[in-house]
Amino acid sequence: MIKNISNLGDAALYCDFGSEVNKEINSKVIRYFKSIQKENIDGVNNLTPSYNKLIISFDLRKKNFQTIKKLIENLNVTNDDELKTNRIKIPVCCDENFSLDIKRLEERLKISRDKIYEKFFGKEFFCYMTGFIAGMPFLGDLENELQAKRLETPRVKVPKGSVGLTEQFANVYTFESPGGWNIIGNTPKVIFDSTKENNPNLINPGDVVIFEQINKDQYYNINE
Amino acid sequence: MNKNYFEIKRAGINTTFQDQGRGNLYHIGIPFSGAMDNRNFQISNKLVGNEVNFPTIEFAFQGPLLKYFGENINFAITGDVKFIIRKKSNAIEGNCYQSFTLENGDELDIISTNKSVYGYLAVSGEFEVNYQWSSCSVNTKANIGANNGKKIEDGQKIYISNINKNLSDKKLNYINTKIENIRVIQGTNFDYFSDEGKKIIFEKEFVISKLSDRMGMRLEGHKIENIVDTNIKSEGLLKGVIQVPADGNPIIMLSDHGTIGGYPKIGVVISADYDKLVQLTPGSKIKFKKVELADAETLFKLYDLETQNLISQI
Repeated sequence: MIKNISNLGDAALYCDFGSEVNKEINSKVIRYFKSIQKENIDGVNNLTPSYNKLIISFDLRKKNFQTIKKLIENLNVTNDDELKTNRIKIPVCCDENFSLDIKRLEERLKISRDKIYEKFFGKEFFCYMTGFIAGMPFLGDLENELQAKRLETPRVKVPKGSVGLTEQFANVYTFESPGGWNIIGNTPKVIFDSTKENNPNLINPGDVVIFEQINKDQYYNINE
Repeated sequence: MNKNYFEIKRAGINTTFQDQGRGNLYHIGIPFSGAMDNRNFQISNKLVGNEVNFPTIEFAFQGPLLKYFGENINFAITGDVKFIIRKKSNAIEGNCYQSFTLENGDELDIISTNKSVYGYLAVSGEFEVNYQWSSCSVNTKANIGANNGKKIEDGQKIYISNINKNLSDKKLNYINTKIENIRVIQGTNFDYFSDEGKKIIFEKEFVISKLSDRMGMRLEGHKIENIVDTNIKSEGLLKGVIQVPADGNPIIMLSDHGTIGGYPKIGVVISADYDKLVQLTPGSKIKFKKVELADAETLFKLYDLETQNLISQI
């Protein structure tokens, strides 16, 4: 299933599953990721699944590229039906204080904000990966009519909880952070909680996310 | 029970608690963090009789000024650091790689990390810090680790428990050497760059930009031309990865880096050279030298052996 394994530096395996971004390839990446995680291989100190790559980092004092490569090539990979995924509902308020880029999107996409919301809310999105900043989910795929490029000049500070769109993806800023996604609203829900060491992320790779629109009162009533 | 503590009279520029860092969290977006210069971190602990992975205080450029209250305690500083110990009657200029004793009321003034970036302060006891995922290392971006995931600030108190009563002086003869050539393995997107760009990366000198921190080191001086695509589909990053964004100026990922990124990877700094890379100050010149994987593995074995030898001499 892995198309090619190469080294990324001297302490990581770069597993290439293909060049396209789709659910099928990403599901393979996630299956490999979960199977390797279960193996608890001594010396492996990080796994980074993404759209179509999996990076396996190891402690060079304990293992090297060849030894890990052999282990991965001989690995028994989890079957489809063993993957447990969650369906998660994320409330989002699109009040004008939160929907920072809705005007820009209306202009770029040439559709009204109501149409944008109609095409965004209540739809199922698949979580391809989490990261960049702690807990940030990369979700897809948006309909063609919703696909817009990043801001030409990224914001220095995107507020925590912001829900953003770019190309075929949506995400949630789990911390205040620089960023260039088109912000359409904000969620009061805690997406990343570092005090929950066993499961700090609300959304994990493979999960299904459904955004639900809420009003300002509902937003402030969700106290997380 | 008497409390032993440091009062922070001046926090310094970038003073944080660090230990060996936390692994197996890249998939949720949390980098290793941990001491930038792992060798100097471990040596500082050994000089005060600790396990090598105990929490230490890492500082950069200007260090903290700390006033100590409590029973006698040993401390050691590693790196290339100028510091002064002020006692009631006199002041002594301290030496790195040597343990000193602090008495109640003494001040430790860590003035600067001379021609380097990071230094480490270890004490013969345990800093009272909270751990997340078995590490105290502070990640200021996600507010993870000791001190609520924040830098140490002016006026705060840092408590120390379990002080080792058998204070013995320890010393190591060691001088940090500055690295000239950083050795690099070709990256997974090496083919994205023009022939000229491929030459430049291994032949020209770059200058380290002021916009460098625990997350990344930005380089200036020569632009690397991309002939395929200035973006890749976002994928995992590692410390030491050299990315080239659309503007052509390389950025090296350091210990607090974002876990995924979408810029092409032209190379990766080898593990053996990472500790020395992070110590290069803004304005320093840097040149990359290409090596193969097998050489990098051997070089790391040698570097690690040298570190273990240094630790065992203490």
